Amino acid sequence: MTSQETARQSAAPWVRLVVRDGNLLRLFIACVLIFVVMTLLRPEVFPTVENFRSMGSQFPEVGVLAVAIMIAMLTGGIDLSVVSIANLSGVLAALFIRTFIPAEASDVQVVIGLIGAVVIAFAVGMLCGLLNGLLVARVNLTPILATLGTMTLYTGITVVITRGNAVFAENRLTFIGNTYLFGVIPIPMLIFAVVVAVFSVILNRTAFGLKLYLIGTNEKAARFSGIDVPRTLIGAYVLSGLLAAVVAMIFLGRNNSAKWDFAPSYVLQAILVAVLAGVNPAGGSGRLLGIVLAILALQFVSTGLNMLLLAVSGGQFFKEFAWGALLLIIMVINYFSERRK
Amino acid sequence: MQVKKLFAKQETLVALTLFGLCLVIGFINPVFWTAGNWFDLARSATVTGIFAIGVLIVLISGGIDVSFTAIAVFAMYTTTVLLKDAQYTGGMWLFFVIAALIGLGLGLINAFFIARFRLPTLIVTLGTQSMFRGFLLFVIGSKIIRDIPPGMADYSKAFLFTVTDDRGVTVGLHSAVLWLVAIAILAFVILRYTMLGRGIYALGGSREAAERAGFNIARTQVFIYAFVGVLAGIAGMIYGGLNRQANAQDIVGQELDVIAATVLGGASIMGGRGSVIGTLLGVMLVVVMSNSLVLMGIPATWQRVVVGAIIIIGTAVPALRTLRRQRRSVNVEPETLAPVGGRT
Amino acid sequence: MGSPIAFALAVQPFLSLTNISKSYAGVRALEDVSLTVYPGEIHCLVGENGSGKSTLIKIIAGVVQPDAGQIVINGKTMHRLHPIDAIREGIQVIYQDFSLFPNLTVAENIAINHELSRQKRWVNWREVREIARQAMRKINIQLDLDATVSEIPVADKQLVAICRALLQNAKLIIMDEATTALTEREIRSLFDVIHNVQRENVAVLFVSHKLDEVLEIADKALIIRNGKVVLDVDARELDRSKLTYYMTGRNIEETVYEWQGDSDKPPLLEVRHLSSRGNFEDVTFQLHAGEILGVTGLLGSGRTELALALFGAIPIDAGEIALDGQPIVLRSIQDAITHRIGYVPEDRLTEGLFLESSVGNNILARVLDGLKGSGQLLDRALMKATTQEWIGRLSIKAPHAELPVKSLSGGNQQRVVLAKWLASKPRVLILNGPTMGVDVGSKMELHEIIKQLAREGLGVIIISDDVPELMQTCNRILLMRRGRIVEHFDRRQITEMDLTQRLVAV
Repeated sequence: MTSQETARQSAAPWVRLVVRDGNLLRLFIACVLIFVVMTLLRPEVFPTVENFRSMGSQFPEVGVLAVAIMIAMLTGGIDLSVVSIANLSGVLAALFIRTFIPAEASDVQVVIGLIGAVVIAFAVGMLCGLLNGLLVARVNLTPILATLGTMTLYTGITVVITRGNAVFAENRLTFIGNTYLFGVIPIPMLIFAVVVAVFSVILNRTAFGLKLYLIGTNEKAARFSGIDVPRTLIGAYVLSGLLAAVVAMIFLGRNNSAKWDFAPSYVLQAILVAVLAGVNPAGGSGRLLGIVLAILALQFVSTGLNMLLLAVSGGQFFKEFAWGALLLIIMVINYFSERRK
Repeated sequence: MQVKKLFAKQETLVALTLFGLCLVIGFINPVFWTAGNWFDLARSATVTGIFAIGVLIVLISGGIDVSFTAIAVFAMYTTTVLLKDAQYTGGMWLFFVIAALIGLGLGLINAFFIARFRLPTLIVTLGTQSMFRGFLLFVIGSKIIRDIPPGMADYSKAFLFTVTDDRGVTVGLHSAVLWLVAIAILAFVILRYTMLGRGIYALGGSREAAERAGFNIARTQVFIYAFVGVLAGIAGMIYGGLNRQANAQDIVGQELDVIAATVLGGASIMGGRGSVIGTLLGVMLVVVMSNSLVLMGIPATWQRVVVGAIIIIGTAVPALRTLRRQRRSVNVEPETLAPVGGRT
Repeated sequence: MGSPIAFALAVQPFLSLTNISKSYAGVRALEDVSLTVYPGEIHCLVGENGSGKSTLIKIIAGVVQPDAGQIVINGKTMHRLHPIDAIREGIQVIYQDFSLFPNLTVAENIAINHELSRQKRWVNWREVREIARQAMRKINIQLDLDATVSEIPVADKQLVAICRALLQNAKLIIMDEATTALTEREIRSLFDVIHNVQRENVAVLFVSHKLDEVLEIADKALIIRNGKVVLDVDARELDRSKLTYYMTGRNIEETVYEWQGDSDKPPLLEVRHLSSRGNFEDVTFQLHAGEILGVTGLLGSGRTELALALFGAIPIDAGEIALDGQPIVLRSIQDAITHRIGYVPEDRLTEGLFLESSVGNNILARVLDGLKGSGQLLDRALMKATTQEWIGRLSIKAPHAELPVKSLSGGNQQRVVLAKWLASKPRVLILNGPTMGVDVGSKMELHEIIKQLAREGLGVIIISDDVPELMQTCNRILLMRRGRIVEHFDRRQITEMDLTQRLVAV
């Protein structure tokens, strides 16, 4: 074994991963580069606690959605319904809060009420995911079609329930949006961290997680290996729905309200993050570390550009351009590095 | 056999559903059959219909495009800004020409990434959608323009003909529907009667076989995405004209709905299959369904539930049918024991 | 059949290759190969997998350039043959996947290349149908012009591909393993068609490793082994044993398998009157622990379907299955697994392996649920130990268990598939075509592994139409035809020749 290899072996596992995987390495470099450039350009505002707080509250929504998309993508599928699930479970949770937590409720009542709301949201998310899973695994619908249909259906149900209006959560969950752990870490970021931790265990350390990868690599071989493909697929979509419900809580925490047409563009943004992270849309490969690096890179880009373009009208829209450009640039670089091999 | 084949087609199923639906709605509320209602339906179907034909061509080739809405709004808004700044007072035709050219340019950007680097079409168009919209809102502008040039403002009243009903209300069929008709015929002819069109089907059926047969894949793809760009530009312009305003934040977000309508009309999301007729039927089914809820006494808020249900049921039925057929033979040809068909 | 030899003497050859050599990264794929094909001649190219057949085809098609040697087509020496030149000279290759468009009609599939090469811009559908009809008339076949290709049987797809090739003014049609997916009857019709093609004065290079076909159809045969020509003869001079000898380079002598058990004891697996509509009917047999039972039959005889039904993968309509005397129900693959019945599929690449996944994950795929340590988490040490155990026991040559399985050789890949099942400690293991696409040496080693497993008490069923393989590994052999078991042999009471004859008898 050469000394270089020994060094690699002794390094932390994530470092080894980044070094071995070209795409992760490029993402990592992009992250660092953007961070350094921004720090140099705007030393007074970029590397500040303020800015970290604000970035930390922004990226987790799309970040968690990207994890949801990744779960479906690993199996070779996709889940377009995540945002509609988030809105439906958000609306129901908000309605629950409004109905069951009286204005002058005691702390205990509030806590019980909030737990109830979370349980409702999670149950709804998983139920929606279950329907997706059944359509994909039992009816054999192409995932893109199944979730396109349920996306419209879930959005429709939300419209019917709310008659198209926003539902307010009486500021019961806004603590999520304005509390900072140690004064720096926003709760949404904490939620994102927990999601990443939990799912890295699920994906890497459980039989279920490995089966997801195997199904995405070769569904037929998985079936012939005795893996219960339908059940595993349903599990994947249920988890994806559950993550959507987690996002619903962040939505409520940051906006104090839920509405049927909130954040439709997040679906494509989350797919963009997943693809940028190196998750193979055909299934079988992809790492959570990639999601973390991709969402950070995109957040640094957006925030940095916001700061640079503060004075320019419509500056906030430049980030959309930059996101798309970043995706295409990385894909083109991947193309050339593939070809060199 | 022929009849059975006809009924196995998604197009036939959608046509029958549409027909039945019309009968039911007309029975519940005779207003459905008035000229005014049908003119409205035609107007609602025009923009979606043009988009859907673009989506159809991409789907047949085995691709998927989510950037056409961004192209549409980009072309529409930019054209409006340009001609407003130029204080253009002429007719609508120049709007269409410029919007189509902008659409063409943006479509070629898609084509470049797809044909040159062979990147997955979904990923490319995801990226370009984001870029086009970001560029539009950041560089061109993000405010709603209500004070549009006169040519564009007049377009909203460009009826082919008008009818005054017995209550004295005058209703007209908007001329934009001609665009849809013309584009549908053009797409039909290209897909059915040109080698280019057959190349699109061939590409969607088997890329490898298409290459071996000698189709120029890159050129075919350039055509597809450029054509879709032009269609999107025109549709976007019609959209702006009908709404008498240019809103840079509009249209994007509808792409998945349009794809759903196209698939409902029998286009395969895996490529290789789909027809113009089916697509128009799929669009009409969605439009009739969502526009007629109120006529049937169902609150308008149910619209999306119904459309979602149509998509799920409309795609689940053929999927279940295939599943039943496949279940009996896991990896062998279904005809294993059947006599080998008709040979002399 | 005309007499192409006599005919050939008067005419110049259509294609002649002289002393062709080709190496890939230092490995000799072809060495000094010469081949001459005359117009209207059916020439068979025979060799085992890995013998260099496909390299030779690619060189003729212009896809691969030889390192040395001369190619002369129609009297013209081709200094550098490009695919487009090969096509222009009339060389058409029908690959195993046919390169058809599944979504288009038969008529269009036949005519499309022709239309393309005429650089047409518009499609005249009446003309397309006429062209297709004429092409079919040439070789005397009739297909439904409006049928979609994805819905017609494989045999018909092949005919479509032949028609298409003829339209390209083919002078030589190369058919790569054309009969692999065909039933016996379909092979018959294909041979008729090939003779019709021959009558059009078109030469056919028929690539195959099936001996009987070669003997039946060929005018001439070229046998290659390890990249070298070992025999180039008039087919009339060939017989089976000669062919086998030249193909494998030896008279195969492998030890046979003697089952030591007692057939009066209750069987491990008993199948009574099993039927699956459209697949097989009234199948009855017994399998004892330690036995290796061969199930043979031609493609379409129902052999694969029987295996799949015993694995719970296709529905059973009637009959009973008992394991250790206890009746069992197999409604799904999960049921089969519960009863510890394993299945190694026919097509390793699409059904057996997770090509991009690691060797380790492939081995563990079947037993993941049994590798849980504390809680629901996988026990990594146990995973590693299990992987290493099977890599060792089956002598899988993999530099590293983390490498993707696609980087291994065919024989080692097949061992990985075996390991996957063995790790789950099955009682009955069904092997479908266990050595397909595996080189000769590996094949023998795999046979030894299988025999050893049986000696340890596993009940093995081998589905195969490879007669030597059956004779060397099985102690009993069932012959299926049209979905029924028609004969039942003890291996000791039958010779290879007998079995072959009964296998192909219609």
